[in-house]
Amino acid sequence: MATTVTINPVTRIEGHARITLHLGDDHKVHEAYFHVNEFRGFEKFCEGRLYTEMPTITPRICGICPTSHSLASAKACDAIQRLIPTPTGVLLRRLAQAGQMLASHALSFFHLSSPDLLLGFDADPASRNILGLAAKAPEIAVKGVLLRKLGQEVSERLTGKKIHVLGMVPGGMAFPLSEEDRAALLAQLPAALETCQMALGILKGYIDSHRDMVASFAMFESPYLGTVGPEGALDFYDGWLRWVDADGGVLAEVPPQRYREFIAERSMDFTYLKYPYFKPLGFEKGFYQVGPLGRVNAATRMSTPLAQAEFREFRSLNGGRPVHGAFFHHYARLIEMLYCVEELKRLLDDPGITSTDVQARGHRNALEGIGHTEAPRGTLFHHYHVDDTGVLTRVNLLIATGQNNPAMNRAVLEVAKQYVDGERITEGALNRVEHAIRCYDPCLSCSTHALGSMPIDMSLYSASGEELDRARRS
Amino acid sequence: MAALEIFVNDRKVACESGATVLQACRAAGVNLPTLCHFKGLSEVGACRLCLVELEGSPRLAAACTLHVAPNQRIRTDTERLRRYRRMTVELLFSERNHVCSVCSANGDCELQELGYAVGMDHVRFPFLNPICNLDASKSEFAIDHNRCVLCTRCVRVCAEVEGAHNWDVQGRGFLSRIVSDLNQPWAESTTCTTCGKCIDVCPVGALWPKHKAQGQFEKRPEFVSELIAKRGRGRP
Repeated sequence: MATTVTINPVTRIEGHARITLHLGDDHKVHEAYFHVNEFRGFEKFCEGRLYTEMPTITPRICGICPTSHSLASAKACDAIQRLIPTPTGVLLRRLAQAGQMLASHALSFFHLSSPDLLLGFDADPASRNILGLAAKAPEIAVKGVLLRKLGQEVSERLTGKKIHVLGMVPGGMAFPLSEEDRAALLAQLPAALETCQMALGILKGYIDSHRDMVASFAMFESPYLGTVGPEGALDFYDGWLRWVDADGGVLAEVPPQRYREFIAERSMDFTYLKYPYFKPLGFEKGFYQVGPLGRVNAATRMSTPLAQAEFREFRSLNGGRPVHGAFFHHYARLIEMLYCVEELKRLLDDPGITSTDVQARGHRNALEGIGHTEAPRGTLFHHYHVDDTGVLTRVNLLIATGQNNPAMNRAVLEVAKQYVDGERITEGALNRVEHAIRCYDPCLSCSTHALGSMPIDMSLYSASGEELDRARRS
Repeated sequence: MAALEIFVNDRKVACESGATVLQACRAAGVNLPTLCHFKGLSEVGACRLCLVELEGSPRLAAACTLHVAPNQRIRTDTERLRRYRRMTVELLFSERNHVCSVCSANGDCELQELGYAVGMDHVRFPFLNPICNLDASKSEFAIDHNRCVLCTRCVRVCAEVEGAHNWDVQGRGFLSRIVSDLNQPWAESTTCTTCGKCIDVCPVGALWPKHKAQGQFEKRPEFVSELIAKRGRGRP
């Protein structure tokens, strides 16, 4: 008799989710669904506002990657004004983005994921968190906390606010960076670089000692999407969209303004998170992955030396081809974290960064604008339509976690097949299914525009609708 | 003008006849919260935040429109007044759609400051969530009725200082709206001179230069007051 397992709520991810697993007559998992139950409708209530307000409104979508939203929004405003930001404006935007990426990746690895890796998937859930980590390995926890703090400090020194960034404006940035702030940030980079290398060491050690698990954990092949700059270098701020197939062949490389020709979305009846897919391959075959793994797999190279060395080592795991498996999101995330620190150094060393020529000024010159950037969780698009007074008539926000949604469902299915057996949900199975989701570091509050904190609930149902087992964690 | 004495919180205060109680209090260093009052513009007593207790009268009076009288005894800081002021600020917040976090005036807003001053930690009244327009038709400025508190400073500065009288009030009570000319889009006004004085005197973020982001512009209310003083007109 077919049955269903539900995991609800999922912990240590941003938002709220529920998982249901459907067992077949053979008592094996046949289907898995990752449900997102909240709805915020951010796009709708932005309509009627002035487009220049959007870089201030959209960071409020979420406290984890507010800079990405503000940045994509400011770039959409640039497009509406047909304006090229000043060189210093671009440097400062890149700086803010690298800082936020560093803070978010440090949060994902040290606060959310490393307890699973360092304390073990089967450790007591009560202590399998950052506090448990602080008790067992205080030096690692402290360094992780400080790394995240540095990322937030970039935002604070640049815009006056640690979290809900201010100052992203059409044409550049509102505020210049002082020499004092530049020096204060530069002074912290050597320690940050050391922490990133330590994290990479921890993860590589884990992979070495858990080869079988890592190789089989939510392992499936898919296309990947990332933004690439000159000569295929990974770029967070600007560049072309590049989709690669599972073997690394380029499926498409196009300017972000053409995203709608290549990405389509479909609504599903079990979740508020839409299913985006790569249009040319169709709905069945077109789901792709974004985020750290998407970017690192889509890119040809990294533009900074230490990250490039790690990139080569990473890609050699699969003979230079894209590396598959949800677990490798962690690895790619740490390479990006290293890149962020190197990028911060490059930007802060640029003599132009403290110039006061931070903003080009203009007026509405187009009725439509597309802004794109790489958020910590993947490629982010803001697409605005305005009337001739600049009031928004339509807003489309295509969020990174949304694009990873089909992949997350697939990852849950793969892990559930491997670890859920019979009609009971064991603690280890629950943890591993959760971790499969956590690999994507999903941020459901912005992708669904959900409210509230995020517990997980997993249930097991029979085909007749009978609940056989339920595991819940708040 | 002849001098006279009044008692503010049992303290003797000397003032000129013809002055308002608000002027007498401020001259004596007694602080009273205000929102519709603006130095140099006529008084309308609209916001009801400067209410005082007047001995011998069962009713509260707005200090900005109450004129001093010999041996008048007033109180400015009683439990009853504090209760009313807090309620008034809460009602102002509940009447329109004030979202400080994304407002252009966040951190430079008199309503926000009043909220802190009266100790407002939440709003006890249901939010009315009215549907209000944003008029961004003008190329330089925008008016967002979601944030308007109907203080009419913009109406008065435009009529009394600029002499254009672009702004006025339409409707009554809850349905009142600031309108440009005869309720036309701002850009179509034939009277607006685009001087920007209304932007400088607006106590909240209802009027702002549309290309300035949050934290990027500062209002200059003192500029308008100085202008009025230099011209030798208006009220002190």
